[in-house]
Amino acid sequence: MQNTTQTQLEFPMVMGQPYETLPEDLFIPPNALELCLETFSGPMDLLLYLIKKENINILELDVSNITDQYIEYIDLMDALQFELAAEYLVMAATLAEIKSRMMLPRDKHDEEEEDPKSALIKRLQEYQRYKSASEKMALMPRVDRDFYTATAALPEIKIEKKEISITKEELASIFNEIKSRPDLKLSHQIDFEELSTQERIQIILDILSRRNVISFSKTLRKSEGRHGVVVTFLASLELAKDGHVELIQNKTEEMFLKSLRGA
Amino acid sequence: MDIKIVNTVEALLFGAGRPLRLSEIRGLLESDGLVTELSDIKKCINELEQRFNSSSLEITEVASGFRLQIKQTYSAPITHLWNERTPRISKALMETISIISYKQPVTRGDIEDIRGVSVSTQSIRSLLERNWIKVTGFKDAPGRPALYSTTKEFLDDLNLKSISELPELPEVDEGPNDQVLSEVI
Repeated sequence: MQNTTQTQLEFPMVMGQPYETLPEDLFIPPNALELCLETFSGPMDLLLYLIKKENINILELDVSNITDQYIEYIDLMDALQFELAAEYLVMAATLAEIKSRMMLPRDKHDEEEEDPKSALIKRLQEYQRYKSASEKMALMPRVDRDFYTATAALPEIKIEKKEISITKEELASIFNEIKSRPDLKLSHQIDFEELSTQERIQIILDILSRRNVISFSKTLRKSEGRHGVVVTFLASLELAKDGHVELIQNKTEEMFLKSLRGA
Repeated sequence: MDIKIVNTVEALLFGAGRPLRLSEIRGLLESDGLVTELSDIKKCINELEQRFNSSSLEITEVASGFRLQIKQTYSAPITHLWNERTPRISKALMETISIISYKQPVTRGDIEDIRGVSVSTQSIRSLLERNWIKVTGFKDAPGRPALYSTTKEFLDDLNLKSISELPELPEVDEGPNDQVLSEVI
């Protein structure tokens, strides 16, 4: 069903009721009252809305009615702990002033001033022009909502620039510090000393010529590291194979080399 | 038209990511060794328009120049695709931008006078951030308030060539509505 017919159908019911609740065509759930202020962009908008409602049923209208409606509306929003913009209250005061002036007999002096009623009408009329213009504008096709541009452009990359604050003295001292650092990244070649098994055999034989038994660890040179252990071990095996030495190892003890020649 | 020039114009429009003016296109073609007249580029664009007839693309002229865009009939699926990226514009903000566009240049006070409600700094800032408005001067009045006007980007975003293409501002209602107004109040 279209919105307009709906309003017309519901209208008598709305009119039959006093304006103690939020107007039905707004349909604001009680727990979503914050939406209320967004529904109206300001007091002028609210007032126009009330007038527009009355517009449909012109015979029932009068100034005090619209003022009462407006103030009831404000009271309602206030009762529902809705934080009201001060402008709403200013408008309520303006309406109350107009209403009270109408009740009082007119003074000649007053007529020379600008009639607050006609001033308000002017403002409302002016506001209505822009309001309807803005409604039209809101419906106009808008980029990224109703239409899109076709592009193969590179996406914009946002680079955050951070401010750097430094004095020239700091800069100089940092540079000097960097210059005095040892160059940890300089590449260098590690040369392994060539260790030959033959040479090691000779060394072991030399040792064994002076003493009969020697532990394996004594034949090592610590500085030669793992490589030295391997070479010495190979030399020991070589000597054992050729029958120069006997390799002795008791359980967890370390290996001993015993000369066979001297025996 | 030379197919190479037509295709280069197409490539430029596609790759630019923003509207291009005819003179801008001519300059870009020239740096590529293609010497043309402005009228030739217009012809290229007409030729491209025909080429795009049976496609989802179209060339539109907006305030900042010519740009390639997706025909509105094919925009619905993209709306679903980019759903979260399009911020809603509140009624209040829409009123503010329409007052600026019809009455420019205006101060914040001018807007407030019409709307009957204070215009938040936030809403002015959000329009400035969108590049829809800019400060075009300062009013010679106490406090020297900033004067705001709409930008070309604003027109681009609404698919307009100039501010005069906006729908006419409704006249003050002198019809029956006015009688109601005066009767009501």
